[in-house]
Amino acid sequence: MTGTPLLSVQGLSLAVTHSGNQVVKNVSFNVAPGEIVGIVGESGSGKTLATRAIIGLIPPAVRHTGGTILYRGRDVLAMRDRDLRQLRGGEIGVVFQEPMTSLNPSMTIGRQLEEGLILHTKMTAEERRTAILSMLKRVGIREPERALTAYPHEFSGGMRQRIMLASVMLLKPALLIADEPTTALDAVVQRDVMELMVEMTQAEGTAVLLISHDLPMVARYTNRFVVMEKGVVVEQGLTEEILQAPQHAYTRKLLSSLPYRGAARELDTTRTPMVSARNIIVDYPGRKGLFRKHEPKRALHGVSVDIHVGEVVALVGGSGSGKTTLGRTIAGLVQQSQGEILFQGRERSADWRDYRLNCQMVFQDPYSSLDPRMTIQALVEEALRLVPDLDTPAKRLRALETLEEVGLSADFASRYPHELSGGQRQRVAIARAIARRPKFLIADEPVSALDVTVRAQVLELFSSLQKRYGFSCLFISHDLGVVEQVADRVIVMQDGRIVEEGDRDRIFDAPKEAYTRKLLSAIPALDLNQTGGVILKWRLEA
Amino acid sequence: MRKLTFNGVIGGGLIGLLVLVALIGLLWTPYDPMALGFTARLVAPGAAHWLGTDEFGRDVASRLMVGARASVWIGCLTVTFAVVCGTFIGIVSGYARGWVDGVIMAINNALLAFPGILLALGLLAVFGANQYGIIFALGIAYTPSMARVVRGAVLSLREREFIEASRVMGNGEIYTMLRHILPNCVAPITVLATSMFGWAILSESALSFLGLGVPPPAPTWGNMLAAGRPFIEQAVWLGFFPGLCIALTLLGINLLGDALRDRLDPRMRGLK
Amino acid sequence: MIKFILNRLVMAIPTIVIVSVAVFTLIRLIPGDPAALMLGDMAEPHQIAEMRNLLGLDRSIPEQFVVWAGNILSGDFGTSIVTGEPVLHLVTSRFMVSAEIVVIAVFLASLIAVPAGVIAAWRQNSLTDLALVGTATVLLSIPTFWLGLLLLLAFGLKLGWLPVLGYVPITENWKAGLLYLVLPVMTLVIHEMGVIIRMARASTLEVLRLDYITHARAKGLSESAVLWRHAFKNAFGPTWTMIGLILGNLLGGIAVIETVFTIPGLGRLMVDAIFQRDYPVIQGCLLLVAFSYVVVNLVVDLLYPLFDPRVVAE
Repeated sequence: MTGTPLLSVQGLSLAVTHSGNQVVKNVSFNVAPGEIVGIVGESGSGKTLATRAIIGLIPPAVRHTGGTILYRGRDVLAMRDRDLRQLRGGEIGVVFQEPMTSLNPSMTIGRQLEEGLILHTKMTAEERRTAILSMLKRVGIREPERALTAYPHEFSGGMRQRIMLASVMLLKPALLIADEPTTALDAVVQRDVMELMVEMTQAEGTAVLLISHDLPMVARYTNRFVVMEKGVVVEQGLTEEILQAPQHAYTRKLLSSLPYRGAARELDTTRTPMVSARNIIVDYPGRKGLFRKHEPKRALHGVSVDIHVGEVVALVGGSGSGKTTLGRTIAGLVQQSQGEILFQGRERSADWRDYRLNCQMVFQDPYSSLDPRMTIQALVEEALRLVPDLDTPAKRLRALETLEEVGLSADFASRYPHELSGGQRQRVAIARAIARRPKFLIADEPVSALDVTVRAQVLELFSSLQKRYGFSCLFISHDLGVVEQVADRVIVMQDGRIVEEGDRDRIFDAPKEAYTRKLLSAIPALDLNQTGGVILKWRLEA
Repeated sequence: MRKLTFNGVIGGGLIGLLVLVALIGLLWTPYDPMALGFTARLVAPGAAHWLGTDEFGRDVASRLMVGARASVWIGCLTVTFAVVCGTFIGIVSGYARGWVDGVIMAINNALLAFPGILLALGLLAVFGANQYGIIFALGIAYTPSMARVVRGAVLSLREREFIEASRVMGNGEIYTMLRHILPNCVAPITVLATSMFGWAILSESALSFLGLGVPPPAPTWGNMLAAGRPFIEQAVWLGFFPGLCIALTLLGINLLGDALRDRLDPRMRGLK
Repeated sequence: MIKFILNRLVMAIPTIVIVSVAVFTLIRLIPGDPAALMLGDMAEPHQIAEMRNLLGLDRSIPEQFVVWAGNILSGDFGTSIVTGEPVLHLVTSRFMVSAEIVVIAVFLASLIAVPAGVIAAWRQNSLTDLALVGTATVLLSIPTFWLGLLLLLAFGLKLGWLPVLGYVPITENWKAGLLYLVLPVMTLVIHEMGVIIRMARASTLEVLRLDYITHARAKGLSESAVLWRHAFKNAFGPTWTMIGLILGNLLGGIAVIETVFTIPGLGRLMVDAIFQRDYPVIQGCLLLVAFSYVVVNLVVDLLYPLFDPRVVAE
């Protein structure tokens, strides 16, 4: 790094006005012109707040308590409002995480893009229109003309994020702040958007500050990155070097939290499968509108799955692939239009009660899967309500034991869900599911709402419980990294059909289908080294 | 967590005072509220009569205390009626869905097309203008709003994963309804019921003001205000104090409602 | 778009049908025999029977409903038992008086209160916000009939600036007409301002939290552009619906204001009709208010896409 940095943050401290809590402490880093720098941290690390300060948009509840932010040598925090507004958009562009909410729903795309040009350039209306059209084309919008008069709700998440990118890059900023730009997108789309962003910024010579919780993603696109924990920069340096030999314990923890592949297990697959789904077809009924009948939508086109005794089968695919529908159908939450589901070789409807007792589910969102008005103990005990031959004291004891097993001590028993962290809630959800000692568990994206380090702990817990109780499991996930760690067998789905299925090692090492390869290209293959670091390797798309 | 807010303290204080005055009015009033005093007609507020006397020489303060009782009583019964009926209809509708829901909501929406007070006026023509007529009329008029809110809450709760979790556990529909859905409807019901208490008191006084409420000589704030209207120039206190009582009560309820909403609305929680 | 409009229009039909059935039923539920009432105490039983026959009251209820609905559809709302006037004419002429007051009041109140609410939200928790919200809550809590009386006392009786009681149609004498409108309109404006400020503030706060507002700021837009161009339009939707509801509610609840200022409007007509058990008039008032409520909400719904284009897509 040579010459004056484009951006220089020095000793920045921010505190919550109300309580005086320091949320960003003495943070320093530089960004050189044209460089891509990453900031990695989990929720609560202060990474988003620190970057909001760069454009002078600290929320009203937060106060600047120390340090400077120099942009081309000028202190942003001391700037007058008018100068700040010149800076925003014109010099520094921002792309946010949520494409669904970061475009104004009541304004056409054309007007939203034009706004920045009117503000920061002297173009004529005709020039603006030409610039917008060519930019929309550049980011891959198929009918740019039509897009001008369209509203955001007419586009998918990935398209909206492209439009956001277009809106920011239209002004040719010197610095682009990308705050979790692809986190809300599907894995396959994620990489396309990321690559488009890198390509465009490199072409324009725009520096990028890439903020993310996803360490491999940051490592892939940056030459330098900063690691933040609880408001403090714990480590920064060249990407290569940090990965090779992380200095700080937290960085090492982040790296070791990345999903890794365990040894393959030998399973007896000759016995009757625990659960068999045969030729499942699910149609979502068409609504009868007043003037038009909405056609029923077929979510699953005849899918068959076997889950053997003690086996963990992963169901992967993008949104709309039908993986969640299949899980919910097997759980009995969705009624299939055709096909049968066998439990231990018998049609499950032959003994619903038995099936219900033995088939449990862990949901994705630990914030909505626990009844907010029940205590933790009551939540787990409720799972035992219908279990025969267990009296009330025994149920109470079992609930407490199960909580202990998932790592929650007895003093959690009387708390309510809102007093727990996301990871703790998901532990409760797991406790509730296993309290009955089910033979079969469906886990629908059980860790995707969790932070990286918490996710590793919960996965660890899941695997150890699975080993102890030997339940069969259908593990639904969009994250192949997680799947690589827990699954014995992998089923890849797309558009309501199974694309490919096979043993984990076979799928990850020798994928046959293009779609599987595309999914795999989004995640790294990890090798741990002796110094606590990792070697990231990317599988190339064929 | 359980911090008291300005809204909560002032609102709760005003409503507490109202209930206290109503309770005291049950046992003791400075004067007999019905006793006519021919020697002390239209006496201005002073030491003997704190809030003055009316055209028949009756003590305004005493009558207001008894009027408070009527307001609280009518408010409570009306709200109870609307909460019980509205919750029942809302839950059945939200849980049954399909055509049952369609029919119930069509009727509900049609009833909502009558402004509350107008529907109450129409119903009063049926029930007759008296205390219980008002309670029934207002209760029926408010039930559709409650039903709509409860149904909305049930529909959004049904989408939550903990309801699905209950189904996966094998719990029956009725159990899920009582154990998971109903307790989580308490917050919106409480917020709306608080506002309704205010609407009921206001509507009762408006109806009494129109002469369609509790008939005189029984004192209510509304008919006292109506009776004071012809004397507005020579004895302003006759109309002023009953109106002030209504205004303070409504202010208390509005503040209390805001405080409850801030506390119970999950979206507000965690923002601070 | 056309589908959206048709959809909303058709959705209003069941409401109107049920409203009619409800009004019809309500009127039949009122105790007392209209025929006996019309003829007075001295009527002979056979006269009453003849009258019942004339009014169609001796037929079955469904039959009565069909005849009744047919009459309503052909514009025949019956005649007033008390004055003998045709109900439709009576009710619509009185309705115009009420509507004039209500529409002016809601328009003025929105004009002041919506910007006030938006500014309160923009300056959340500042002194301005606290003052505006506090004022709004107090205004909202003041009963209109009391406020009306106090204003009447202050401006009419003590200061003598404005006429105290009565009403002159604007079409007859616009100067005098306007003067008579000032007090009732002012009363309603003050009260409704409270409601609208709070609503506009709440919905603006909701919108200001969203990412596209931060994004608009990050583009370098000025605060006023962020507030009015981006936040206002999105926040106005719920307020707009609320204004529609207020309009409809006031049409039904204006009786008290008309009583305070002795204005010959629809509300007063209905109250008097209830006292006199003038069934055709009660029925006419109920139907007219409920229909206008449906129409107001329909118009509000149809204009909603102007503020939020997403509703058309659903």
